[in-house]
Amino acid sequence: MIALLLILVPLLSGIATFFIKKEQAARSWAMLAAVVTLAVSLLGLTVLNKANYLSFHATWLPELGSSFSVGLDGMGQLLCLLTSLAFPLVFLATWRRSYPNGHSFFGWMLLAQAGLMGVFLATDALLFYFFWELALVPMYFICSRWGGERRIPVTFKFFVYTFAGSVIMLVGLLYVYFSAGNSFAMHDFYAVRLTSKEQTFLFWMFFVAFAIKMPIFPFHTWQPDTYEQSPTAATMILSGVMVKMGLLGLLRWLLPVLPISSYAWGDVASGMAVTGIIYASLIAMRQDDMKRLIAYSSIAHIGLMCITIFSEHKTGLQGVMIQMFNHGINIIGLWIIVEIIERQFGTRKMSQLGGIAQKAPVMAIFFVIIAFANIALPLTNGFIGEFLMFNGILNSTVTKYGVLLTVLAGTGIILGAVYTLGMIRKTFYGEVNELTANARDLKWNESLALTIIVAIIIVLGIYPQPVLNLTNEITDTILKNADVLSIKK
Amino acid sequence: MNALVLSAILGVVMMFSGILLKRPAAIRSVAIIGLLLLLASNMLDMSGTRFFSINLGDFLHFDRFAFLFNSVAIFCVLVYVLLTGKAIERVGVKNYADYFALFFFVLCGIFLVTSFQSLLILFLGIEIITIPLYILTGSDKRNLKSNEASLKYFLMGAFSTGLMLMGIALIYGAQGTFAIEKFNLLKIPGSPLMIAGMLLMLFSMAFKVSAAPLHFWTPDVYDGAPTVFTSFMATVVKAAVFIGFIRLFENAFGLLQPTWQLWVALMAAATLFVGNITAVFQQSVKRMLAYSSIAQAGFMMLAIFALNGDAKEGLLLYGAAYSLATIGIFSVLSRMDDYSYESFNGLAARQPLVAATLTIFLLSLAGIPLTAGFLAKFYMIKAVVATGSNLWLVVFALLMAAVSVYYYFRVIQAMYFREAGEHSASFQEPGKGFKWVLVLVAALIIALGLFPSLLLNWLYF
Repeated sequence: MIALLLILVPLLSGIATFFIKKEQAARSWAMLAAVVTLAVSLLGLTVLNKANYLSFHATWLPELGSSFSVGLDGMGQLLCLLTSLAFPLVFLATWRRSYPNGHSFFGWMLLAQAGLMGVFLATDALLFYFFWELALVPMYFICSRWGGERRIPVTFKFFVYTFAGSVIMLVGLLYVYFSAGNSFAMHDFYAVRLTSKEQTFLFWMFFVAFAIKMPIFPFHTWQPDTYEQSPTAATMILSGVMVKMGLLGLLRWLLPVLPISSYAWGDVASGMAVTGIIYASLIAMRQDDMKRLIAYSSIAHIGLMCITIFSEHKTGLQGVMIQMFNHGINIIGLWIIVEIIERQFGTRKMSQLGGIAQKAPVMAIFFVIIAFANIALPLTNGFIGEFLMFNGILNSTVTKYGVLLTVLAGTGIILGAVYTLGMIRKTFYGEVNELTANARDLKWNESLALTIIVAIIIVLGIYPQPVLNLTNEITDTILKNADVLSIKK
Repeated sequence: MNALVLSAILGVVMMFSGILLKRPAAIRSVAIIGLLLLLASNMLDMSGTRFFSINLGDFLHFDRFAFLFNSVAIFCVLVYVLLTGKAIERVGVKNYADYFALFFFVLCGIFLVTSFQSLLILFLGIEIITIPLYILTGSDKRNLKSNEASLKYFLMGAFSTGLMLMGIALIYGAQGTFAIEKFNLLKIPGSPLMIAGMLLMLFSMAFKVSAAPLHFWTPDVYDGAPTVFTSFMATVVKAAVFIGFIRLFENAFGLLQPTWQLWVALMAAATLFVGNITAVFQQSVKRMLAYSSIAQAGFMMLAIFALNGDAKEGLLLYGAAYSLATIGIFSVLSRMDDYSYESFNGLAARQPLVAATLTIFLLSLAGIPLTAGFLAKFYMIKAVVATGSNLWLVVFALLMAAVSVYYYFRVIQAMYFREAGEHSASFQEPGKGFKWVLVLVAALIIALGLFPSLLLNWLYF
């Protein structure tokens, strides 16, 4: 029931939003819908946290061996919570921003939320694919309509890239479907035994689709442009929530279904990811545009999670799951600040900014805390995630290059500190110039959104145990299905 | 049988209604009533109520598959007449009733092609379909482009008819009969006469469905013909010929599959490639749709290649999804005075409802989930993957589907993301009825995209 509501509430309210003609009314309605979704998601975590509430099955396309089955496991809970938290935050932080034809903007946003929820909830491969594509369409419309100057070609590139990746994944899904006795159900996918040769080509069919979405080097080229050109509200969703689709794909649909090839090709994938970390960090250091800087920093963070997934170590995987949540929260926080700066000064170029902290001390404090979480300082949530992940990579029995990967990815973290702190220095400290002389501090809605984010950062940084408990069971399930070493013996 | 006889009668009725009725609206109403009658009689036939009992011998065999497709075809023509019927007036009011008569004759040919049991009937059906099309293509008499298209179509069509006749003759030589039931392929599978005849049939059918390398006539003919008629021949007719195509290759040449399968695979790949890549470079939406119809034919060729249960069901769904969506797009196009992409600029602001439905049609053609187009493509690739070999074909087809996103989305981009400028074409203000039918078709496409059993269950129950 909970699982169904998480899709239906944003879907139906999203469709309704298109018929509300006044922008302010549509905004309030969207906010209401997002808060209701959040409440449903919290209910699923607390009061109604029972198996029969958390999953839902209905007959759908029986002739194709597919059914409408959705369900929440620990990872799903966490990602749905992130999704249902992200949208109210985005609406709150951009409360004063007006969009031309605003009602359809909010309609598309809610539809995007429904699509994302579906991806995180689907326990049927065809349904997963359905939502995977459907989440893309609203984002396409939002970004091409309300984005920056080059929005149309850039968003289009994003769409075609992802679409091309996912249709290849569809062939892979079909192949597994026939091997699994004409069934798209997740448990049948987990039970299927494929030869290592089959697994090898299936691995690449799946991995490319997920790698484009995350994105992993060298499939990342759409990402900085898209983040830069999208309206910031959409960028928050793209980077905070949507990239998690790729990670979830790896964890739920790749490792357990194709264990042998994940073992055999994991190091290659990790190699690509680690190249991406170093490469993106180096580029991020040279960026002047704040949006592009954060976009590249996101590639580095996601790369680390990808490496950890292929190290197949329990601590590491729990770290990935925590970090998926944390990264979403932190990066939304960063985007909120960027959005405020851009709206005030009309530029995101760091070379034109400086000294904002003197005029807007509260914003500076928030920004510094979020930036610390982004570079994983202890007592912030980022630290917990990255610590667990490095722990997993180092102790992994699956990859032989644990130490090397740790050292290289660790370099990325150091570089991360360099560019993140550099960004703070260039924008918030230094001399006040003409542009920033009239800087104002936060409005109430911005403060509220940032307070929530900072509260989550600190609480999870000090007491992450609830999240660890939540993800305990699902990591065991994933690792049990992905285990090839014990079969060998 | 009901529908076959009735369609011929209705064709004649339409011809004479032109003499009796002067107002186009009245003629249109007669045609719509006729189509409804046709649909009802076909449905009755499907459920066992037959008005005629004629011994058809080895000539025709009506099975559920044929009946169901006939219903789809009649329904699509009905939608087509409802959406574009008024726009046909612009081609010529004088012969207004005759156009509708030709539609009924084409439907008559379609019924023959979908249920033929003898090569003679197939030939007859194909000719009954194409001859009205030659006329419709050239119906804009004062337009040179239309004349050129008609002549080109006729010459090329006659050539392919020759190929088909030659093929039939050779097969008759090998088998001694026209009845495909009586073909004896086990005894003499590899007889050169039979193989040569089969290949000739393959090429002529490929010509009719505009599969590469025999697609050259398509862009010029579709572009030159009046837009309202392009809509008709690019959709219902093409889907119907595909039904005949799969019937021929399943029932007549099924046992020779190893011989022709690679040919069909290569043709499908070539069609997909030519259609999609060339469509990318078009500047006119009408010409883009011509190439898009080639590209979609490439996908439908996959059904011929796979030739299993999924393929047949999928072809039915594909025919319906593709026809409905394309008819919808053409109906909007025929209300514009300029067919360039720029003419769509800012349409969403002026006509939000039309733009929204058009977007659904385009998404369906591109194969985005939630639309019938996705499931149709899905059935096709599922059928090919089920054959267990030639996975390259599936991957290639889907990559080409990703290419197709480029040209379909250009229209969406123009409608939604670009401001109306000097290039924006004037859009003939549509009436309420037009909008309602558009919404209905869009809803149908989404319904089929969620529950294909709405259509496919008719095959079994």
